[in-house]
Amino acid sequence: MISFNNVTKIYPSNPPIVALDDISFEVKEKEFVSIVGRSGAGKTTLLKLLLAEEKPTRGRVFFDDIDVHKIKKSRLCQIRRRIGTVFQDYKLLPSKTIFENIAYVLEVTGATDQEIKQKVPEVLEIVGLAERINNFPIELSQGECQRAAIARALIHRPDIILADEPTGNLDPYHTSDIIRLLLKIHQLGTTIILATHNREIVNLIKKRVITLEEGRVIRDDEKGRFIL
Amino acid sequence: MFTLIKRIIKSGWQNFSRNLGLSLATIFIIVLTISLISALFILREISQFLTSALREKADISLYFKGESKEEEILEFKDEILKLPEVKNVEYISQEAALEKFIQRHKDNPLLMESLTEVGNPFLASLSIKAGEAIDYEKLVNFLENSPFQNLIEKIDYHQRKPIIERIFSMTSYINKIGIAASIILAILAILVSFNTIRLAIFSQREEIKIQRLVGASNWFIRGPFLIQGAISGFLATLITILIFFPLCYFFSPKIELLFTDLHLFNFLIQNLTVLLLIQFFAGIFLGIFSSLIAIRRYLDI
Repeated sequence: MISFNNVTKIYPSNPPIVALDDISFEVKEKEFVSIVGRSGAGKTTLLKLLLAEEKPTRGRVFFDDIDVHKIKKSRLCQIRRRIGTVFQDYKLLPSKTIFENIAYVLEVTGATDQEIKQKVPEVLEIVGLAERINNFPIELSQGECQRAAIARALIHRPDIILADEPTGNLDPYHTSDIIRLLLKIHQLGTTIILATHNREIVNLIKKRVITLEEGRVIRDDEKGRFIL
Repeated sequence: MFTLIKRIIKSGWQNFSRNLGLSLATIFIIVLTISLISALFILREISQFLTSALREKADISLYFKGESKEEEILEFKDEILKLPEVKNVEYISQEAALEKFIQRHKDNPLLMESLTEVGNPFLASLSIKAGEAIDYEKLVNFLENSPFQNLIEKIDYHQRKPIIERIFSMTSYINKIGIAASIILAILAILVSFNTIRLAIFSQREEIKIQRLVGASNWFIRGPFLIQGAISGFLATLITILIFFPLCYFFSPKIELLFTDLHLFNFLIQNLTVLLLIQFFAGIFLGIFSSLIAIRRYLDI
């Protein structure tokens, strides 16, 4: 489903920053992959390249055999609708309420008003934000923002979920709830790519682990553990 | 399609109402721009009034011999009126010329005494106004070669020629300067408006990026901004009308004290449809077009 072919990403600065260095790997459909590594290892950059938020300096990134950096913008937005992303910095729309933020993704995919009115409260109930439905992101705690971002990533039942540190600001109770949720969604057939530096989560999930160190893949285990 | 349009309009209204400070700043700038364009429209009218008034001063006088009959003079007048270069011809009889002189100099006993001794020294005349300076030359050629030339005592043109040419040259120059200044000011005002809207959209660039990343199409993102621009433009136009017309009503009598025949508010009422169309078109076009151009660079993610 996803393929990174000899991908390098260098940020032009003084000195240049090599975020990813000639990485190659594939993720099959319905797989659960954890991308682990220290802060600055390149986990977020990897997800950004898949989402075509950034362009690789060298190499190619494929989603369903389509090079995501060589297609028209109109085609790219169709691909992005098949992806649910939990951004590390949440990326909630500040001028919309939590309900509207989550409903936005459904509007983009063409859902009816009835579907939106039914599904959004359900998902907010699942992530424990039922009472924050009419609040704006600025009125929420970081943990609540993160849960809202997770809800937005799930609502439209995407083919793949990219989760970048989805539990970074959550307490242990919500953390385990979210991981259980991701595992459940995975069981239903969604491909999950989880970027994290949380050892406990990775070891709990017991799925494939790709370890990044200084932009390189140093380990790729089918039933991996968090080892650095 | 209907649901999509409904969502775009709703989102546009939300953008407008939830970023009220930014929206008000945008409206303010568009109000200034439309007011300037409206003021230029009125100034053009005042300028044309002044230049016409100045051109009215230019004329040539055709004096007829004392024995000329009035019927012949009036027949000549009708012939002159047929010429395309001629704007207006006024016949002043000997008696009317004398009456004018007496009215002007009635407080001068020496002149009045001279008149009683001399009698009526004035000749009947035709005062002819043409459209352009060059027309007077053609007119004089016609008069000097016309069948009625035996009636003519004198054509008062060659002495006045430099003044006439200067008047027309000056008014033409004023008109051209006026048009150029109007165009430049209008362009400047539009650029300021465009820049303000661009800054407003710049402040929302992160939102636009997020919308792109979750899969929104260009038009799904663009649409609400265009609606926002249209709302700002429409409200700015309404505010301009509410300020502009009462101001004109208030100042119109004061302007009439300076220029007797210039009825500003009446001019506005007579051109109400044109002015309203200009204002609405300018406001909404500015709002929508500026948003359309400004958002382009942020959709390239």
